[in-house]
Amino acid sequence: MSAPTATTAVQTAPAKRPLRDRLPVVKQFRQSVGLQRAMLVIGLVVTGVFVLIAILAPLVAPYRFNQLRGDDGSFGTQQAPNATNLLGTTVGGYDVLSRVLWGAQTALFVIVSAIILSIFIGVLLGLVAGYFGGWLDRVLVVVCDAVYAFPSLLLAIVMSIVISRGQSSLWGGILAAAISITVVFIPQYFRVIRSEVVRIKSEAFVESAKVIGASSSRIMFRHVLRNATRTLPLIITLNASEAILTLAGLGFLGFGIEPTAAAEWGYDLNRSVSDVTSGIWWTALFPGLAIVLVVLGITLVGESLNDLSDPRLRSRRRVGASSGSVAATSSITTTGGTPDSPGGAGMMDAESLGAVSDAAADSDLENRREDERS
Amino acid sequence: MSESTPTTGPRDLGTKDIVSIRDLGVSFSTDAGAVKAINDISLSVAPREIVAIVGESGSGKTVTAKTILGLLPETATASGAVVLRSRDGSTEQDVVTASAEQLRSIRGSDAAMVFQEPSTALNPVYKVGWQIAEGLRAHGSYTKAEARAKAIDILRRVGIPEPEERVDYFPHQFSGGQKQRIVIAMALVLDPGLIVADEPTTALDVTVQAEILDLLRRCRDEFGTAIVLITHNMGVVADLADRVVVMYQGDIVEEAPVQELFSSPKAEYTKKLLSSVPHVGRGKSSAPAEVERGKQLQLGEPVVVAKGLEIEYPGRFGRAGFRAVKGVDFTIHAGEVLGLVGESGSGKTTIGRAIAGLTKVTGGSLSVLGVEMNRVKEREFAPKRREIGFVFQDPATSFNPLLTIAECVAEPLIVHGRFGDARAARRRVDELLEAVQLPKAFGDRFPHELSGGQRQRASLARALALEPALLVADEPTSALDVSVQARVLELFAELQREFGFASLFISHDLAVVDILADRIVVLYRGDIVEEGPGSAVLGAPSDVYTRRLLASLPVPDPAEQAVRREELKRLRA
Repeated sequence: MSAPTATTAVQTAPAKRPLRDRLPVVKQFRQSVGLQRAMLVIGLVVTGVFVLIAILAPLVAPYRFNQLRGDDGSFGTQQAPNATNLLGTTVGGYDVLSRVLWGAQTALFVIVSAIILSIFIGVLLGLVAGYFGGWLDRVLVVVCDAVYAFPSLLLAIVMSIVISRGQSSLWGGILAAAISITVVFIPQYFRVIRSEVVRIKSEAFVESAKVIGASSSRIMFRHVLRNATRTLPLIITLNASEAILTLAGLGFLGFGIEPTAAAEWGYDLNRSVSDVTSGIWWTALFPGLAIVLVVLGITLVGESLNDLSDPRLRSRRRVGASSGSVAATSSITTTGGTPDSPGGAGMMDAESLGAVSDAAADSDLENRREDERS
Repeated sequence: MSESTPTTGPRDLGTKDIVSIRDLGVSFSTDAGAVKAINDISLSVAPREIVAIVGESGSGKTVTAKTILGLLPETATASGAVVLRSRDGSTEQDVVTASAEQLRSIRGSDAAMVFQEPSTALNPVYKVGWQIAEGLRAHGSYTKAEARAKAIDILRRVGIPEPEERVDYFPHQFSGGQKQRIVIAMALVLDPGLIVADEPTTALDVTVQAEILDLLRRCRDEFGTAIVLITHNMGVVADLADRVVVMYQGDIVEEAPVQELFSSPKAEYTKKLLSSVPHVGRGKSSAPAEVERGKQLQLGEPVVVAKGLEIEYPGRFGRAGFRAVKGVDFTIHAGEVLGLVGESGSGKTTIGRAIAGLTKVTGGSLSVLGVEMNRVKEREFAPKRREIGFVFQDPATSFNPLLTIAECVAEPLIVHGRFGDARAARRRVDELLEAVQLPKAFGDRFPHELSGGQRQRASLARALALEPALLVADEPTSALDVSVQARVLELFAELQREFGFASLFISHDLAVVDILADRIVVLYRGDIVEEGPGSAVLGAPSDVYTRRLLASLPVPDPAEQAVRREELKRLRA
């Protein structure tokens, strides 16, 4: 039992990581290499263009979505692409290009309202059910399983009848789609958050909060919730693409939004079914392409974020033979200096190799096990 | 790098060596760029030789072992040569440059691996006989009956009773020690010239560890295999190894026969490493009896009193519950450290959790700071929580990964209303960090940016934030390297003297308990088998189990360990 060694003075904490390494998407972008980076970039570009078009639709679209005539008279119906109507006109006489661009706005409305509605309810229910367990948990799990059994499209049809008696205005249609999607999405958020909470509940840091005497609400919101939201970005992106598909499906079945109220890709596809057989390709191709591109873009972002946030799936550049320097990993130093410290700012503790730059500290442990195994 | 160049390792045994490593360097690609794990080391292992590679975590010992079998992950790049020879010396292969096909033929038949955790090394959905035969099928054609006969034979030779029947058992039907025997059987079944054992006994209890070490020694004596033993336990090294290689930050700093290494270590690092290994019988129990008696007289008020304490975990659907603690009596007085020792499953952690109110008491009486814990209401116990500190086993998981160290340490202060938020508590937090010898600046770091030892100090700071009357420490050093452990234990003793709290110190390691505990309680399957001052329990144990436990503990001294091994054999007989 010797006196404490005077090591405190020489130990220094590393500088805080720069902001660009801590922002969610920016950080993943900087971590990525090769194919994973390409996927992320394509996804981000497609999604970014989609959001921009949605916001700027009134500026970029040549006409309004329900405009039937331009400066020089009526467009005419089913016109092939020409100088006035760059992508032709529909069977109803609308400009295809304008409808495709305005459609982005409707799609964004549905995505945002569906996600906002479902995420709060789903996360809160999951947190409470997972943390407290018991009968409440069992009831909620059964209800969620029951909701899974409903096809979301059927639910959406029922909703659109309830909300607007089948007559779809802009917000009636959007809300019908959003609420039906919400009902179907809540169980997804509920399940994911609940299982994370159940896992985190038994972690030592939650128990240590209990031992300290922290109240249940403090433990739930300060210690459990923030650690349970790791997978949310992925679900949000997947749900966003599903929301678009549901909206398009509704429109295609005729429960969508009237063409005079808003532009909607599914509705346009529905009206173009008969055109396809008569060689009119432009009415179906462009709305269809818009749906595919947006879904693809959002899914790419989600998938790459998922891969990049998991250190085991993240690809790295190979290093040259005998490159790099040996990390100071020992707590015993033979030349004096800083015992029990992972060295200066540039050095890293091998225990946390690859983990230091990882805000998803939950995967930290797995990561370290990986490193130890390797 | 060509295979024909003669070995230029530290010992020139020419082509006789079963494995010779020349100028091996391994680098990993990480998010922070390239990190070198091994720095051009050379090493060789002769047939029938047991070579121990020791070092702290991060020293590169496991990476070295994995390279021998070509098991490096994709992110690693290796240079140099690792030449592995077959048992009869007829073929040799450089593992670093070998193709996947060549590696497959080497693994199992020329070199095999024994993993740390036997319960994860076995596939739970296949019978053990099938899993042993799997290795046979990969390297030759056997009929079902032949493979089964071989599996039964090898199970018998590694000491599994009734192998004819047990060959059809699933892994979960075996105990941890038996599972490790089966993993060793899988390694031996193709009669490889070399077994790489990566911490083969770390996950096992000390009495089981002694049996597995015996089995590994028999692998060499009866099967004639060479063994590369990766371990951080110097007792295990003293017990088993012929030659020891000490690794430090990717380099070999010393290589010597085991006797020589322990009696006259040359490298500075080895000396420090050896001096930090706890040695049972050299801690508090060796203090003169007078001091002990003086201590008895000035014992304070009892802080924790257990009388016939029973704790039962409820069973599932009508099945009877599991009684983890079966009526134990003990007392912790103010200002004393009570060491609670036992194997896994002995109920020691359960008792610690019950005292902190994490596990329900189901029978008898447990009084903590005057509150009866049997049928206690959280509301009654909540005010007492500020007087109890708790240090968890794994420092990696006991901190909220999203809060900084300062915020984590400030939690108890905020919860009990001493301060409004972490910012206001910062001054007190800095004091606490200083008390556990961490620089203030570490408060701004996140838990994963600290090493294990630093995290466990921060954990101590958090436990001591409210100046508790009682500190429960549940295996606080078992996840740490031996050198870090020594420093944390030192700190613990110092803080205990300074703050004067009573403490329940739970550990499976008698040598660790010996350093700190005034009195020791030995638990066995939920019952107390022995209780008393350290010198009595460790010096002259009266119970058979305590005696076996003590004898099973390998001591870091090869000569002494050989004597103890004989004694253990006598005890088992």
